[in-house]
Amino acid sequence: MTHLPVLVVVAPLLAAALIVLINNRKGAWVITLLTSLFCFYASVNLLQIVQEVGAISYKLGGWDAPLGIELRIDALSSLMLIILSGSATLVSFYALKSVEKEIAQGKQVLFYSAFLLVMAGLIGISITGDAFNVFVFLEISSLSSYAIISMGKDRRALHASYQYLIMGTIGATFILIGIGFMYVMTGTLNMNDLALRLPAVADTNAIRAAFAFITIGVGIKAAMLPLHQWLPNAYAYSPSVVSTFLAATATKVAVYVMIRFQLTIFGIEFSLLDMPFDKILMILGTLGVLGGSIYAIFQSNVKRMLAYSSIAQIGYILLAIGLASHDGFTAALLHIFNHALIKGTLFMALGIIFFRFASVELSSMSGIAKTMPLTMAAFTIGGLSLIGVPGTAGFVSKWYLVTALLDASLWPLALLILVASILTLIYVGRVIEVAYFRQAPQVVEQQQIPKTMLIALWVFTLSNIYFGLNTDLSMGISTLAVDQLIGSRP
Amino acid sequence: MNELLGHFNYWIVIFLMMMGLYIVIASSNLIKKLIGLGVFQASVFILYITFGKIKDGSPPIITENVEIYSNPLPHVLILTAIVVGVATTSVGLALIVRIKEAYGSTDEDDIHDMDDNDDFDIKNRSIT
Repeated sequence: MTHLPVLVVVAPLLAAALIVLINNRKGAWVITLLTSLFCFYASVNLLQIVQEVGAISYKLGGWDAPLGIELRIDALSSLMLIILSGSATLVSFYALKSVEKEIAQGKQVLFYSAFLLVMAGLIGISITGDAFNVFVFLEISSLSSYAIISMGKDRRALHASYQYLIMGTIGATFILIGIGFMYVMTGTLNMNDLALRLPAVADTNAIRAAFAFITIGVGIKAAMLPLHQWLPNAYAYSPSVVSTFLAATATKVAVYVMIRFQLTIFGIEFSLLDMPFDKILMILGTLGVLGGSIYAIFQSNVKRMLAYSSIAQIGYILLAIGLASHDGFTAALLHIFNHALIKGTLFMALGIIFFRFASVELSSMSGIAKTMPLTMAAFTIGGLSLIGVPGTAGFVSKWYLVTALLDASLWPLALLILVASILTLIYVGRVIEVAYFRQAPQVVEQQQIPKTMLIALWVFTLSNIYFGLNTDLSMGISTLAVDQLIGSRP
Repeated sequence: MNELLGHFNYWIVIFLMMMGLYIVIASSNLIKKLIGLGVFQASVFILYITFGKIKDGSPPIITENVEIYSNPLPHVLILTAIVVGVATTSVGLALIVRIKEAYGSTDEDDIHDMDDNDDFDIKNRSIT
């Protein structure tokens, strides 16, 4: 039990190697599923410890921090762990049939291996207490995600993956430069130690440059609006399993890194209050919300539409962070959690539609609700949650965001969120209208939808409703996380 | 003058960084872009290695009569980053090989045109 914090990273790393050695397709799937289940079990355990005792610190190799590398799990980390391992478990359960269909036979084993590496990297980012480790884990997850994105059947997946590689590497290198500046000024890489030593040198251009480099680098990874160009194609043309997992987790982990650097390392005064960065974040967030939603309306490929919607949702989260208040951060964390549920549901439903029709173009979806009612029902619930209809998870986070905005007497922005919800209604409505009310084309072949895919989809869907009605868990962790980051509510 | 020469490494870093980024942005050839990315990353490696030098410091090997050592840690850190850089370049080159097979071109403008055509084709096929 004492080694759980390191095992959640090491298990997927080892399993990734093991899969390649065993080189059996079914075996690869079983190992992936078991590993994700183990990570989920470990995450739940770690969350309980964090809730009861407080932050966990694990010394790698027995070396004390700040000299040794520390894994540090506080409430924020365990929230990310739950999101990551939970979606990984559902996605790998779902993957069996989807991967069989979408990925060339010879590559399936390698696919599972790379998938586990992405997971290991993302989990590593979430729990490490060392700034340089963030870069290393970021590159582990990015390099493997370039590989699995390029495995899409469409040739545009290759180009999308290449563009992501260029943008992602520039982003990661920017983070590296920023960390280098911080190291030169303080002589340490441990996050808590950095937090202690930074205030003494905070008023220097080197630290401001470090902050700028890190923010831009993370902004690229999080698809913050003007830096989002890599995202739509990468999500649209990658295999369904990949787009589901990445949409549910990858950009959120980048936002996690942003929150971690801003609040834990630089401190809220330096990063948000002294410079007008809170305003900048709010402007970028607002642009993201509007731009992403408007772009989404004009897409004919539904996966691409949801990708633009993801950019809008990142906008909501950045807007909430920009409030720089206890309520704002809580709303941001809640939306990270809820948006993972929403996008997981929607992309999984699209994966099933792709499984059946080999297309996610809007035009090929007319009347499909009659032949695949369960899938479209799940898509509809996910869509309602995305809009923010009461009773769904999306409502909870939007509600908290609007309340936080009103508390800060920023009612124009609160109004804007309502406008954005209407925009969301338009693009989700387009899909629902086509699927439910258009004439179905002559059915050529009836292909059974695998049970595993439907079960995974419905677990995601029902969790949307569950966390829309019962917010104890999501709200509890988010509040605890913000308490640990900036102190309890005044 | 001393100031200029004393910061020689940093001038090189800035020059390489800007050159690398410019190549990534301006070139439409996928391989040249990757080379630009390599130059950009290499500039950061040099930056870190320069950080390690401490004024009057000797190489970090314990010997008698030496009080000030240079800092070896940035070198170790950047060793990791170099490995990452090699991996990035190889993944990038592998992608370019596949792109060349799929599109028959390594020029980004051509590929964009073909991507747009792909979009258009699918729209043409639509029935609504």
